[in-house]
Amino acid sequence: MTSPPITQILPPPQTTVAPAEPPRRSAWGRFIASPWASFLLRRAISLVAMFFALLIVAFLIVQLIPGDPAVAIAGSNATTVEIEALRTSLGLDLPLWQQFVGFVGGVFTGDLGTSFMYGQPVATIIQSRVPFTLALAAAAIVLSLVIAVPLGIVVGVATRAGKRSWLDATFGAVTGFIDSVPGYIMATVLVVLFGYGVGVLEIVPPAFSARMPVASYVLPVVALAIGPVCTVARVVRREMNVVLEQDYMRTARGWRLPAARRYLGWALPNLLTSTLTLSGLVLTGMVGGAIIIETVFAIPGLGTGIIRAILDRDYPVIQGLVLVIGMMAALVNLLVDVILGIADPRTLGGHHE
Amino acid sequence: MSERRNRWRWNAGLVIGLALLSVVAIIAIVAPMLFSDAANIMGDRSQRPSGEHLLGTDAAGHDLLLRSLVATRLTLLMTVGAAAISVLGGIALGVSVWGLPARGREVALRAIDAIVAFPGLLLALVVAAILGAGGSSAVVAIGLSGIPYFARLTANLSAKIAQQEYVATARLMGVGPFTVSVRHMLPNMAEPLLVLAASNFASSLTAISALSFVGLGVQSPQYDWGKLLNEAIPSLLSGKAYEMVGPAALIIVTGLSAILIGDGLAAAANPNARSRRAPKATSHAPLPAVAPSSDALLRVRNLRVSFQGKEIVKGVSFDVARGEIVGIVGESGSGKTLTAMSVAQLLPENLQLTADELALGDIDLRSRAADRDVVHSMSMIYQDPGSTFNPSLKMGQQLTQVLTQHFGMAAGAAKKTMREAFEKVRMTEPDRRLRQYPYELSGGMRQRAMIASALATRPKLIVADEATTALDVTVQADILRELVGLNRELGASVMFISHDIGVVRELCDRVVVMYHGEVMEVLAADDLTVERATHDYTRKLLAATPELAIDWETVGEEHAR
Repeated sequence: MTSPPITQILPPPQTTVAPAEPPRRSAWGRFIASPWASFLLRRAISLVAMFFALLIVAFLIVQLIPGDPAVAIAGSNATTVEIEALRTSLGLDLPLWQQFVGFVGGVFTGDLGTSFMYGQPVATIIQSRVPFTLALAAAAIVLSLVIAVPLGIVVGVATRAGKRSWLDATFGAVTGFIDSVPGYIMATVLVVLFGYGVGVLEIVPPAFSARMPVASYVLPVVALAIGPVCTVARVVRREMNVVLEQDYMRTARGWRLPAARRYLGWALPNLLTSTLTLSGLVLTGMVGGAIIIETVFAIPGLGTGIIRAILDRDYPVIQGLVLVIGMMAALVNLLVDVILGIADPRTLGGHHE
Repeated sequence: MSERRNRWRWNAGLVIGLALLSVVAIIAIVAPMLFSDAANIMGDRSQRPSGEHLLGTDAAGHDLLLRSLVATRLTLLMTVGAAAISVLGGIALGVSVWGLPARGREVALRAIDAIVAFPGLLLALVVAAILGAGGSSAVVAIGLSGIPYFARLTANLSAKIAQQEYVATARLMGVGPFTVSVRHMLPNMAEPLLVLAASNFASSLTAISALSFVGLGVQSPQYDWGKLLNEAIPSLLSGKAYEMVGPAALIIVTGLSAILIGDGLAAAANPNARSRRAPKATSHAPLPAVAPSSDALLRVRNLRVSFQGKEIVKGVSFDVARGEIVGIVGESGSGKTLTAMSVAQLLPENLQLTADELALGDIDLRSRAADRDVVHSMSMIYQDPGSTFNPSLKMGQQLTQVLTQHFGMAAGAAKKTMREAFEKVRMTEPDRRLRQYPYELSGGMRQRAMIASALATRPKLIVADEATTALDVTVQADILRELVGLNRELGASVMFISHDIGVVRELCDRVVVMYHGEVMEVLAADDLTVERATHDYTRKLLAATPELAIDWETVGEEHAR
């Protein structure tokens, strides 16, 4: 069979002209030209802006105390002389801008002030507490992604196109229930179930500043991670359902790529963007969750530190911890965006919703 | 509005949620009146649960059941207070952002985004640090910390509604931004806002209880559920968990009821959102053994496709000979794409297929044929090149997979093959294209890439489903030329599905005309004119199709330059 009409309308095949090779550039030149350069610059600027915003917030904590801050800090049975001495020593008698410059200058020279309660430099207190919270939050974040993403994928594949409605309903109910239980209650349940029920996991933490044995982290990390696991798994499952309906999945089926390749190699990269964008909030929320979980297990981290300091009205410590915890959250955000940029370079341009 | 009410459907979640919350609310009203004195009686300390004290007693000897019940009122009042601050403040902020001029709105939204990115608890702790520990400062702290998130959600909703015509009309008529917000925007957001408010209630409860739990909320001698939990920590760590049971259970039940109500409201307002149950896959009826009806490459006999028992393709039969280009035309809904997908074995899983014969060479396409055989025999070119490629993978990454998977090529060889195929379809800068993402290529480029993929796999049959529809006319001509090139170079047959009569007449040898899932007639492409078509429907279709007189030659050449 031939098709005469077409042969006549077709121009003769053209020979391809090889395009000129783009000029070779150094690694640095390629970096500057890539979207990463402007992305990192933008993020660096916003990180600095956030740091300054946190500085202002931390500074304002003392200024916004209702009534006279000096009176509030000194306590109700302080004498007038004591209050005035305190006012001078804290610099509360200076003009506002001088106080702020002094505060910011202190932060940049590593001097965050001295704890009212313990007489120790705030920087030292923070140093001793950071490792506990960092370990707890990092372990919980990694654990929740490692469990939630595969779980969501498996359930998403199993319930594609309205299949297995029983699994759909069960998954929704179980994750929805666990998700609605606050982390601190989950923690107590875990303590009851595993702490002294089984007796294998140490629940009584060691003395302050001693190294915590790894086993002591198990329950806090699980308690912190289990809610986010459910949230992220639900997001992944929903996105998986959506992605599996897309045309490009049909293309992969058309090429008869095996199931593992279709789901992991083909669908997964498309989930990462939305999953990470939505999990970003969940993960920074875990920095907040860690504060509460530390109280249940009496872990001497930043969370118990800031709560103790608020109860003690130990303002220099509060200010320092607000800065540190805030920056931790900002860094988790940045980390999520960097992973996002690696997974999906389109997001580097900003304005991703 | 009446139509909306008709759509309203009560559902189990909503009913259970409202019932649970009503019980909690009744406890909140009644318990303090009946038990507040009894709850302060100090009896035997740290008693385990017994008939006298169902949940045991705390370290001071209070009955824990009574205290849990009495604490309900304070907890709920605080939660309602905090939720009210978050919701009202959030709505006010979110809507007023929308009243700002574009530039200010951008800045405000970014600022809100930046705050939302921080854990709400940190914000609450800052407020608590300023105001000091206590019940009312906890309410303010949690309320304020909930505002940014709710404002962001309200702003998102406002953005959608502000684009509606009636809002634009009101603006044009000189209605002020405040009136527009209150009169037009808020009522239309009421439904989703109610759902969000329910979930905000749940999170406020958790957060308020968390503050009391860590000692920053309600102070002795007052107590809410969080405070009761706080007092129970020492005994928990010493092995007495029962003190936690009452307040923990009440927090969970109340939070769960709010979530059920939120989800229930959302589902009740939008019943379509619920996933439809997939039909059970029916086993294919035993197929009569029919001898190959001809030596054609593709043989389709009595193909039927149905969805939930309803037939959409009703007994379609046709052949495609080796090297032949067969067009399938028909209006949308005529079943031509489903026919193509049946041939390609790419029907959606919830459709059922039967056929007396559906064979490509010696491959029976009714059964699950070996992947390798199918890929070696058939290639697809899809309608919308914008969505057929995986947006997250580079062109090279995706196109080489079929070669490494089914053609036994190593990655390097596959890349080389694709590069050659790109050159054959006259893709500019083939090396760079392979390193690019689909979104970096034009629609025509992507369709060329798809054709290059078909070229690389050297199929016997190419199924092109509306392959040029989404492209503009000059690009169409290019793609058609590549398609014919494939046909001639590989001797591949082409099944060309299109609603463009002009293109089909030019390109194809024979044409299958479909209507309502049936074949109306099969005729030579040259006979596809009002004068020469035999079937009534074909004539009507031809008469109804306006045709542009396109000089394909000049169009193509202009583009090639």
